[in-house]
Amino acid sequence: MYSLSRRSFLASLAMFAVATTSPTWAADKLKVVTTFTILGDMVRNVGGEHIALTTLVGPDGDAHVYEPTPADARALAQAGLVIVNGLGFEGWIDRLVKASGYKGRVAVASDGIAPLKAQDDHGHSHSKTHAEKGKDHHHGELDPHAWQDLANGRLYVANIARALAAADPAHADDYRGRAEAYDRELVALDRDIRRRLDAIPADRRRIVTSHDAFRYFGRAYGVRFRSPVGLSTESEPSAKQIAALIRQLKKEKTRVLFVENITDPRLVQQLAREAGAVIGGTLFSDSLSGPTGPAPTYLDMFRHNVSEIAKAFTS
Amino acid sequence: MDPYAALIQPFVEFGFMRRALVACLALSLGCGPVGVLLVLRRMSLVGDALSHAVLPGAAIGFMIAGLSLVVMSVGGFLAGLAVAVLSGLVARVTPQREDASFAAFYLISLAFGVLIVSTRGSNVDLMHVLFGTILAVDDASLLLVVSIATLTMMVMAVIGRGLIVECFDPGFLRAVGGPGAILHLAFLVLVVMNLVAGFHALGTLMAVGMMMLPAAAARFWAGQVAPLAATSSAIAFAAGYGGLLLSYHASLPSGPAIILVAGGAYIVSVSAGPRGSLLTRFLPRRHLEA
Repeated sequence: MYSLSRRSFLASLAMFAVATTSPTWAADKLKVVTTFTILGDMVRNVGGEHIALTTLVGPDGDAHVYEPTPADARALAQAGLVIVNGLGFEGWIDRLVKASGYKGRVAVASDGIAPLKAQDDHGHSHSKTHAEKGKDHHHGELDPHAWQDLANGRLYVANIARALAAADPAHADDYRGRAEAYDRELVALDRDIRRRLDAIPADRRRIVTSHDAFRYFGRAYGVRFRSPVGLSTESEPSAKQIAALIRQLKKEKTRVLFVENITDPRLVQQLAREAGAVIGGTLFSDSLSGPTGPAPTYLDMFRHNVSEIAKAFTS
Repeated sequence: MDPYAALIQPFVEFGFMRRALVACLALSLGCGPVGVLLVLRRMSLVGDALSHAVLPGAAIGFMIAGLSLVVMSVGGFLAGLAVAVLSGLVARVTPQREDASFAAFYLISLAFGVLIVSTRGSNVDLMHVLFGTILAVDDASLLLVVSIATLTMMVMAVIGRGLIVECFDPGFLRAVGGPGAILHLAFLVLVVMNLVAGFHALGTLMAVGMMMLPAAAARFWAGQVAPLAATSSAIAFAAGYGGLLLSYHASLPSGPAIILVAGGAYIVSVSAGPRGSLLTRFLPRRHLEA
């Protein structure tokens, strides 16, 4: 439809714009391109001063529906390594890589995690999204939001360290060392989150968010998440889904709903009004905030989300 | 399933269904006459053009105030208005045709919008965030749609006659001293207002569909402009009601469901309406022949 045509228009624009300007990066650093801020933050933590990092979708941006720019294609063409989330999250990346002429390796950070399947009760909205986006998009089949579980985050970090070491063997030891230090932080935070959430009775840990981004979080930390529109921010709900969700919220007496930083809050507000629930605050799901926001890094995002959740249940 | 549970109970049980229905009613009342006049003036594709034209305004609103729906809507309205008024003026004072003029200005506007969105770096799909779904209509959106429907009907009551004369015989209107260009611009403002209200509450697809499909279907049922507008509004509201029920019972996304019901009404009208449909052309009724 409309946004699709705009996207393909930009993709073709990108093809023409490759290699029009001179490179601006320092020559001796490994040029790494990642797709979105959460992955970018992990890569920065592992790569440190040895890499020059470009993140395509910026803070508070939505990678589900991103429209690549010519600058993105240029960054890719000059990259030494491209790291993506995988699991069909960045439906536009394959075409962009092809358009840019990048010939190197595309490392998939989510390699080796146990993926969740997309839920069946959102099938309708998915088939629509799927048909809109064509063959190269698999968002309807696997849930890509794997980074919302810190155990998966550790696998991401290990994959990133391996990819960096392979692309830049001279600093391999350094990447490994930094990844280990970062990994220890993840483990500590994971323990901390479990302690905080365990204080909330298990049957009360039910939450509604704007789109289905927290199922890995829910699986890892025993929180039941629901959402009106499914995995992709792009799909549109049916009246039946909304009605079923409202009935369920009333029955289970769910009292806490959250909006996300990248989505229209109105649908969740509607749900809250009808089910007699409150809006607990803003959770960060698919994108970090800017440096001055509440969630500038991957670890900060977890701290922010968990403290919002804990606050909503204890007040 | 008994008729009450099938047809009425969803609206009794759920507030969001009632809101959606009221929004459909208000929208069909405003869009009925506007859509019919667009069809009469051969401007049926203007709605589509304007749905692209609002992008730069929404983008500038986003740059100024972040994800504020109010600022982004106002920006979108102003951008749509600028495109409509400029296109209308150029079509009036130069030999350029109205549709070519609209095409030129909306493309400039769209390209400008894409430029702003892209250089802004960070990217949320602005149109997607700004223009919601009918299932999420909140008090502010509802108030906006209802106010605009009311205003549209009042303005139409005042300028409608002049507009119709201008459609069919602009020379006559000029000859009797009618303010053709001003009427036309006032009408374009109404079009933009109705569309932006519709976009804001219901999404771009729905707003244009609710305006054009019933208006296009109405010409197979009525001949005079007032009955055309009434028929168009009635079809639009019926499509809204039917589409919501379809979305509710068959678990289909509500926007496309409503538009497809309106599309079904159009197909039925083309095939079997009493005025000039396929049926009347190829299967003339016997008793008229005798």
